[in-house]
Amino acid sequence: MSAIEGIARTNFAYLDEQTKRMIRRAILKAIAIPGYQVPFASREMPMPYGWGTGGVQVTAAIIGPEDRLKVIDQGADDTTNAVSIRAFFEKVANVAVTTHTRDATIIQTRHRIPEAPLSEGQVLVYQVPIPEPLRFLEPRETETRMMHALEEYGLMHVKLYEDIARNGHIATTYAYPVQVAGRYVMDPSPIPKFDNPKMDRSPALQLFGAGREKRIYAVPPFTEVKSLDFEDHPFTIQRFDKPCALCGSTHSYLDEVVLDDRGGRMFVCSDTDFCEERREAGHVGPLGVPA
Amino acid sequence: MPQKAANAAYYGAFQDPVTNAQAAFRGIMDAMARPGRIHVFADPARPPAPLSPAQGTIALTLFDQDTPVHLTQGLAATAVASWLSFQTGAPIAADRLQARFALVEKAAALPPLSGFAQGTQDYPDRSTTVIIELEALSGGTARRVAGPGIDGETTIAPLGLPDAFDALWAENGAQFPRGVDLILTAGDACLCLPRTLRILR
Repeated sequence: MSAIEGIARTNFAYLDEQTKRMIRRAILKAIAIPGYQVPFASREMPMPYGWGTGGVQVTAAIIGPEDRLKVIDQGADDTTNAVSIRAFFEKVANVAVTTHTRDATIIQTRHRIPEAPLSEGQVLVYQVPIPEPLRFLEPRETETRMMHALEEYGLMHVKLYEDIARNGHIATTYAYPVQVAGRYVMDPSPIPKFDNPKMDRSPALQLFGAGREKRIYAVPPFTEVKSLDFEDHPFTIQRFDKPCALCGSTHSYLDEVVLDDRGGRMFVCSDTDFCEERREAGHVGPLGVPA
Repeated sequence: MPQKAANAAYYGAFQDPVTNAQAAFRGIMDAMARPGRIHVFADPARPPAPLSPAQGTIALTLFDQDTPVHLTQGLAATAVASWLSFQTGAPIAADRLQARFALVEKAAALPPLSGFAQGTQDYPDRSTTVIIELEALSGGTARRVAGPGIDGETTIAPLGLPDAFDALWAENGAQFPRGVDLILTAGDACLCLPRTLRILR
């Protein structure tokens, strides 16, 4: 408790107002051009690039005192990245936080979409490492920009075709490319392809922030998001042989957890809130304990 | 009267700049993400006439020294220019192609949309957002519209758009991803028409 505390306070939600206006303008253009990556003047944040600075800046630009924030990292509310970012916004914006998907107005996510269906009025903010879906096929920004301008996505189809030629099926399992509203090919961030169908015509607004790469993009509600595929090799999502070991769910995305050094393992829901709610409702998996 | 114009510039800003701008932005964002929804600003700005409270609110929320703003001749001749300059710091752009935003007052002739910055094929975001004050956002000719942000289709009925608007808007949409985005305002309410919106009739 020093005298400095009174004067060294940061602005509401950390960012200064001019930065917020710059990000807000980028968000509006991103919504108006679904799937197009809008360049923005990404700021240094009090966390390193790669820890979700893009998502944090988007959240900071939209969040208000009335909001209720949920932060997930690979589906979990209780991992380092999620806990730190949630604590950051509690501190700099004094907002209410929750772990329940249904109660949140803003959900910031790293690499998952919650299992519970999202509703109108919710905003899903993705942390994005590499926003350019064509980057690993064409390293030059000038070229990828031209490919988007000309809607020239043949290279991406070649990549998926080569997957089939080598493996007999499309082997891309995460960051699976999508086409938004029939125009821009977009990187959905490294979510498992299991989550891709949830993006299609979602009633929630989806915003994507890439801090190091300085890009913001968006998918408005009820917008078509199509996973790229071929007529004879249609897009499919992952299937799991076993149910969640704790809650018995057969329709959620599962993480593998190693139990010992003798090959013991279990598969559990990656969405911790979804799993907890199911267990509270009385569902029990093979290794679960009745609530 | 220069004296009066200078005085008008100082009044009518947000009571609480940080939270009012945040609430206003969320309203604009939701309206842009859900075209057809009318958003009413809860704590609007009170800019000098003929700028409306909704237009003033959008200006305070989004304009600053990085955003050249184009004014119609009618607006440029009023205290609005000095109000914007004092409250937001936004430079006034005489050239429509240089403008990030443009303001059009009620009953003014709609400038040709193709005269504003359309963005380029590789940077379609570098286009003007045109903010047009109308008689009302409902009660006019009903138009069925569809596009991203709309579940199926919906109806808008802004009052005061020119008869040729549908043709102008179709032209604007035909050059996607280039094109301008519109924010229609009336009093303290707004309705967004992103370039992806299609009028079905």
